[in-house]
Amino acid sequence: MKVTLEHTTKKFPGFSRKQPDVVAVNDVSLEIPDGLLVGLLGPSGCGKSTTLNLLSGLLKPSSGKIFFGEDDVTNLPPENRGVGLVFQNYALYPHLTVLQNIIFPLQNLKGKDKLTKTQMKDKALEVAKLVQLEGLMDRKPSELSGGQQQRVAIARALVKMPRILLLDEPLSNLDARLRLQTREEIRRIQRQTGITTVFVTHDQEEAMSISDLIVVMKDGVIHQVGKPQEVYDDPEDLFVAKFLGTPPVNVFRGRIEKEQLYIGDECVLHTPGVSDREVFAAIRPEGFELNENGALTCDLQRVEVMGRDVSVVCSHVDCENAAIRAIVSADNPVNASATKVRFDIKPHKLHIFDVETQQRIALETLQ
Amino acid sequence: MENRNYKGWLYLLPAVLFLGVFMVYPLIDVFIYSFEEGFHSASQTYYGIGLQNYSYVLRDPYFLQALKNTILLVAITVPLSTGIALVISVGLASIKGLRKLFQTVYFLPYVTNTLAVGLVFMILFQRTPYTDGFANMVIGWFGGGPVDFIDGPYWAKMFVLCFYTIWVVMPFKILVLTTALASVNETYYNAARVDGTSKFRIFTRITLPLISPTMFYLVITGFIGAFKAYSDAVALFGTDLNVAGMNTIVGYVYDMLYGNNGGYPSYASAAAIILFVIVLTITCINLLVSRKHVHY
Amino acid sequence: MDYEKIERSAKAQARGIKMITYTGLAIWGLLVLFPFYWMILTSLKGYGAYNSEYIPQLYTLSPTLQNYVQAFTAVPLAKFFVNTLVFTVITTAIMLVVTVLSAYAFARLNFKGKDLVFTLFLALMMIPNELVVITNYVTVTNLEMRNTFAGLILPSVASVFYIYLLKENFAQVPNELYYAAKVDGTTDFKYLLRVMVPICKPTLVTITILKVIECWNSYVWPRLVTDEESHFLVSNGIQAIRETGFGRENIPAMMAAVVAISLPLIVLFLLFRNKIMEGVSRGGTKG
Repeated sequence: MKVTLEHTTKKFPGFSRKQPDVVAVNDVSLEIPDGLLVGLLGPSGCGKSTTLNLLSGLLKPSSGKIFFGEDDVTNLPPENRGVGLVFQNYALYPHLTVLQNIIFPLQNLKGKDKLTKTQMKDKALEVAKLVQLEGLMDRKPSELSGGQQQRVAIARALVKMPRILLLDEPLSNLDARLRLQTREEIRRIQRQTGITTVFVTHDQEEAMSISDLIVVMKDGVIHQVGKPQEVYDDPEDLFVAKFLGTPPVNVFRGRIEKEQLYIGDECVLHTPGVSDREVFAAIRPEGFELNENGALTCDLQRVEVMGRDVSVVCSHVDCENAAIRAIVSADNPVNASATKVRFDIKPHKLHIFDVETQQRIALETLQ
Repeated sequence: MENRNYKGWLYLLPAVLFLGVFMVYPLIDVFIYSFEEGFHSASQTYYGIGLQNYSYVLRDPYFLQALKNTILLVAITVPLSTGIALVISVGLASIKGLRKLFQTVYFLPYVTNTLAVGLVFMILFQRTPYTDGFANMVIGWFGGGPVDFIDGPYWAKMFVLCFYTIWVVMPFKILVLTTALASVNETYYNAARVDGTSKFRIFTRITLPLISPTMFYLVITGFIGAFKAYSDAVALFGTDLNVAGMNTIVGYVYDMLYGNNGGYPSYASAAAIILFVIVLTITCINLLVSRKHVHY
Repeated sequence: MDYEKIERSAKAQARGIKMITYTGLAIWGLLVLFPFYWMILTSLKGYGAYNSEYIPQLYTLSPTLQNYVQAFTAVPLAKFFVNTLVFTVITTAIMLVVTVLSAYAFARLNFKGKDLVFTLFLALMMIPNELVVITNYVTVTNLEMRNTFAGLILPSVASVFYIYLLKENFAQVPNELYYAAKVDGTTDFKYLLRVMVPICKPTLVTITILKVIECWNSYVWPRLVTDEESHFLVSNGIQAIRETGFGRENIPAMMAAVVAISLPLIVLFLLFRNKIMEGVSRGGTKG
């Protein structure tokens, strides 16, 4: 099912009458193609959860429209939308067993959709098999591990064959090991069912690793939509560049003079077609190459060995980050006792942004 | 460290003294009283040990009347008040505007003097030669004949007693249930709504099971409280409850102890212990049932 | 699917439910408030006017304060008030001291037999008042403390439940504070007064309020040990007024007395609304 948001805005009234309204989602337009797994990504308070709740119908937009396929569902209450929703804390009914939890949505069906008891049970077992819960059907939620609870929640959302599946921070309550495992699981289940799935997360790695499409949000506004690798390689603005990637991108203050990018006094890159101005230069950690005669000189602080790679930690007066991290291959020897280190910069790992608008400045040759 | 030992006891001393003299000793004493036959309070003598006090009490028509009244009162008010309190609390939980006002108003009976406000109920329901009273006026609007609720037929008196008892116990139940309802995590409701659950089904399948521990708590304390009913009856029917035929078990205990027919601490003790046994039994049954039905 | 129809019916249903809810809540609110209205109304009606109403009037056009004058002059209502006030203040004060000391002993001090005594205390919580009142009545009578404040107050002081409530609260105060105070040379008693009591003030306020309500409304025990008007509390006073009256059946004056008796607690409630409701929901059943 294709999902479309058209100029959707959600305002919450301020806490007191004098305070202004809080705009959680601001004029968002978004089209989610059928059958994809989409990650809504952003820092906390960016409006991603509000967006999810607008899709589920638990919240109504202040203005704008929402479509499922061709149907306008803007004012439709959640019970009539046919969405499956997995809550951050799973919201499993503590007094019901796993089977009863999964069957619960089916028991709500009325009229011609009504199912017999055996049909319900068959459906529940089918979904349980999909999420690999067979054998746990008679347990209470309190007797399950976090990962198992998560799967029950997904099964309960899937059992009524929703038009779209929504997951709110699906991995945040799991420990690190389960997180890796569960995100693969979500990917697999989504592939197998083909249901358009939207999940919310603040963890960019999580979003990048399993999404077909990521939507980066901040302050209620969508900053960029695209395939994970595209968004990483071609961030449209400084926020997206900073938000994606670990270790984070290194941001330098620089300036363009005669189509050359200068950081400090050093000329780092040729920037054809860019007029003279102040810029931010963002360099990915993997964009540094050790070179004794490199273009950029930094003060070396320490070298951290990470096995396959080496992380060179250094500083530079014009760098906005507290410390610069450069990831280089372990084959290259670094003299840890030196005070200076010089790098060459890989041009496609460096992006420049306007200081005022923070928008990316495109280079002609790369287009 | 050794002087800390005695220090702890020093801090405890007042409490131990008060509780010892006015709770522990009486507790033992009441059992002794209840087995001393023919105790005479003036001469402090008795002539035997046995169950005679119990058999006297259990055959006393006043006690049987009190027992019947109390059981009726319990059987009517506990389910009714808990049920109404549940409905009101659910209503309160579902609204936003005026909620605080309603809560404040509903709590008022808790801070009123049972004896004093009971008098208001009395004059509302009483029928005298001068007036039929307010309650009868309302009944008259619907075409009913006047009834004296205070000195009239048994069912009418029972009705007022139950009505007043419910009025008095409601604030506590509403407050506790409102607190319980507010503590149910809202995501359960959201999850159910997204799954298209009807309001009624959300209530019966989610809300009710989740607050069932509180419900049972209210039922248990309700039983205990209603079995100990006394002041409400005094407020409505005066201190001579035996004459009014509206005595309760606790009232019987006090009447045996004090007042016109008083001076029989042995009978009073026996009756008090019978009451205690009844309450204990019912509480145990309640706990057993709740273990079966209260989830998690 | 006809979305508009679904939307409309969902909206209409929600409105209907809302209407029913508010109506139901308002009805119960009226049931609660009406007795209060009636007692105030009746207390403002003249004696003659009230007795000539065969059909009760829901309002009065000629309110009078005469009944209040009567209530305070014809019967010793003021005396009942003073008695109740004295009883309430002294009982609550002693209760607080006893409760604070023993809660502190249970929560902070170590001594032999502490756990056993605490278990015994908890067991006492289950004992209904009706069981112990009989012997207490005999004790107080034998000590010739009938119709004295000592006889009224002493058996009403100890409340295991409040000790339990406060002990739980005391136990939440971090141990580090105690050790820090010890290192600074603070005595146990000083620590209790300077640290524990201020930190746990909310619970102490709750306990105080609950006890005040309990004292103000207590009826059974005072009835047993007082039979002279000079030591009646308000509950007994109002009962005496009801039985012997103002020489004749004077319901407006009786209602004036009822209003006067009810007012202090209602004012207290309106002032400490949140405190009281929180305290009661933490564990106070009426009676």
